[in-house]
Amino acid sequence: MIAEIGHFALILALALAVVQSTLPLIGAWRNNAAWMAISRPAVTGQFVFISIAFACLMYAYVVSDFSVANVFENSHSAKPLLYKFTGVWGNHEGSMVLWVWILALYGMAVAAFGGNLPPALRARVLAIQGLIGLGFLVFLLATSNPFLRLDPVPLNGRDLNPLLQDPGLAFHPPLLYFGYVGLSVAFSFAVAALIEGKVDPAWARWVRPWSLLSWSALTGGIVLGSWWAYYELGWGGFWFWDPVENASFMPWLMATALLHSAIVAEKRDALKSWTVLLAILGFSLSLMGTFLVRSGMLTSVHSFAADPARGVFILGFLVVVVGGSLTLYAWRAPSLRSSGRFRPVSREGALVINNLLLVTGCATVFIGTLYPLILDAISGEKVSVGPPFFESSFVWIMAPLFLLAAAGPLMAWKRADLPGVTQRLTIAFAAAAAAAILLVALKGGPWGAILGLTIAAWLIGGVAAEFIERLRLFRVPLIDSFRRARVLPRSAWGMSLAHAGVAILIAGGVGATNWQTESVQVMEVGERVEVAGYDFTLASLTDSQGPNYDVRRGEFTVDQDGERIATLHPEKRKYWVQGMDTTEAAIRTTWIADIYVAIGDPATSGGIAVRIYHNPLVPWIWFGAIIMVAGGLISLSDRRHRVGAPSRARRKSTPAQPTEPAQPAQPAQPAESRSDT
Amino acid sequence: MTQQNGDPPTDEMREETAAPRRRLVFILVPAAFAVLAAVLAWQLLTGTPDKIPSALIDKSIPQFDLQPIPGWDKGLASADIERGGVSLVNVFASWCGPCRVEHPLLMDIAAQDLLPIWGLNYKDQPKDAASWLQQLGDPFTQIGSDLSGRVGINWGVYGVPETFVIDGQGRIVYKHIGVLTRRDWDEKLLPLIENLGG
Repeated sequence: MIAEIGHFALILALALAVVQSTLPLIGAWRNNAAWMAISRPAVTGQFVFISIAFACLMYAYVVSDFSVANVFENSHSAKPLLYKFTGVWGNHEGSMVLWVWILALYGMAVAAFGGNLPPALRARVLAIQGLIGLGFLVFLLATSNPFLRLDPVPLNGRDLNPLLQDPGLAFHPPLLYFGYVGLSVAFSFAVAALIEGKVDPAWARWVRPWSLLSWSALTGGIVLGSWWAYYELGWGGFWFWDPVENASFMPWLMATALLHSAIVAEKRDALKSWTVLLAILGFSLSLMGTFLVRSGMLTSVHSFAADPARGVFILGFLVVVVGGSLTLYAWRAPSLRSSGRFRPVSREGALVINNLLLVTGCATVFIGTLYPLILDAISGEKVSVGPPFFESSFVWIMAPLFLLAAAGPLMAWKRADLPGVTQRLTIAFAAAAAAAILLVALKGGPWGAILGLTIAAWLIGGVAAEFIERLRLFRVPLIDSFRRARVLPRSAWGMSLAHAGVAILIAGGVGATNWQTESVQVMEVGERVEVAGYDFTLASLTDSQGPNYDVRRGEFTVDQDGERIATLHPEKRKYWVQGMDTTEAAIRTTWIADIYVAIGDPATSGGIAVRIYHNPLVPWIWFGAIIMVAGGLISLSDRRHRVGAPSRARRKSTPAQPTEPAQPAQPAQPAESRSDT
Repeated sequence: MTQQNGDPPTDEMREETAAPRRRLVFILVPAAFAVLAAVLAWQLLTGTPDKIPSALIDKSIPQFDLQPIPGWDKGLASADIERGGVSLVNVFASWCGPCRVEHPLLMDIAAQDLLPIWGLNYKDQPKDAASWLQQLGDPFTQIGSDLSGRVGINWGVYGVPETFVIDGQGRIVYKHIGVLTRRDWDEKLLPLIENLGG
């Protein structure tokens, strides 16, 4: 009964999506206010019905209703309650319900916070959102119905993949989807603007908070997944360039580029068609990621059961959404004119390079992920691209970006004074030099690690320089600086924080990949080993049972210079239903390094395989990411995003009929000829 | 750098180039996507990835002779596999995250001593592979180091890890792409191996 209510609610939501995606669009075209106004109740109704469906599925999981096929395949009565909840999205069908639910939530948010949008734009944006929802609801109902029944009813379920029975992975998909789907709002705004043929600073201002929100969620989601891999897969790695990881990383790179280019579009009325393109591509890559993972064309640890029928559907949907929007773009974007002019050495120029680097980085990841597929299609040749490819290409594209991130914020709009910027970067130069000297003296290598940490120090120095500049620190009395800090816009705080977070994250990543100490040995109870200056003693080994698994638990005492600093309890679990082993590493962090202990299988000679790692700087990865997310959220709370954008009424431009006649044969402005020499 | 006076120059990204050429640039964007979509559609419709490459199924294994990983006494040659009866060939690499996930299962299968597991160490630095095996244990009967990836190409290696089932006559009867889970083993590979009399 409950499952049928859920199924029915999904069908009603689909019906409302049809209304939401058609009538407001026609209304906006015909200037019919009543039809445009339908979008708001339609979006609310959709949210209500999808929430009902979601709640029904969750109920079926919590009460372990194994007559529902989806519950049978992914749950078990002995599973802890938390994972009964989170198991809802630990499978294909449930995760799609979560996806449309978040989409509806965003639709609601646009309707609720979009009070200051012009009615036609709002109607169009909501209609495009409705169209996306329509596609996903049809997909759900036609190929992935989560409410299918089983007869006869099985006695118990097949349980959730034990790797997913973990708090880190439980909340990884919702955050990630929150980010993916958030990009749909920027996409809808972009498509609506193309339909209207109008992109102005007000448009950019409306798009920015949505991109910021989705960027923050994506950052959080990706890092949560990485953190999970770090402690659950049990060998201290945190990023594997796995296709599924790449599928979430590409939209992140695009969202990052979009955030930066939207600033130029808002403040300088430039890069408009470029910003629109980024908004389209960002969401397109989210969809593409879904397609690649769900269709089973790329296999990896993370992917759920793959099904080619779903792949065909998603590909068709992708062609309609991405192909349609890009065609619209090719048709309308050439008429978008920008008024802002700038020199190569300027804030705009720096942001253009930022964008080019981010997009190139994204293209590199894209090629590395898809190259095997494409080559196979063209020549039938099979190749595999592993991390060596990404490490030798992507990293080098990002390095100049980090160098630039320190200088860009110090540059003036339109035309920057390079000697002045260089002078203001003194702190950054000093920080980088100090880091390099210190590292060569203390560590002596490898040189890639020293370079990486030097870049991180440079970026931190750049953030500090920018901050000092803004507060006129040391130049005006401290009390004045303090007053300046208080009135500093939150978006400025947000940017500084996010950039500082990036620097810390780089340092963490570089340290972790270069200075890890590992020690693997068979240990018996009472035995002691020394790793990286710590003494590890295996105090005891006990076998017991968890709610749905057998567990072997080791107790390790860790001493440094004869002093007890930690007691660690790594576990090895064997889940009953799927017969699968999982490793629960025990981690003790000192904030500068992690001590990481994982136990493996018993050795034939007695004793147990023990892996001990000393991972310098790894905590900084998580710390840096948290700071980045905080930066994004603080910037999101900036007053500018809450108040209306009055500039739109004043800057009424009609690019469809340019006020200034187009000047087709004006060879006076080829971009290259004016570069400063 | 010299500063120019007068009107700010127009270095705007391609915003002011001649109209027809400009339009062409914009049309390239959906055109590129159309090509990509066509490739993806072709891939999707010409077979599911589990069947890649169907050409090799029921064929004899490709011929090769590979060096061992330093510190291991034997490499791996196709002749070893042909002589070994029903067996598994597992393609792995130390840089491959998913390989670590399936590793305990391989250790488990090896411990049961059901059949030989041949290792194809794909595009991996030998010293990395050696330390990987020392840490995690070595489930393999013999391992060949395919540093260049040539042998992997002949085997149609598409993504690591991959696991092949070889029958008593040295023919490939099954190919599994991606992580081999306990369920895959229990429901697909093990029944198949029992059928083959392994």
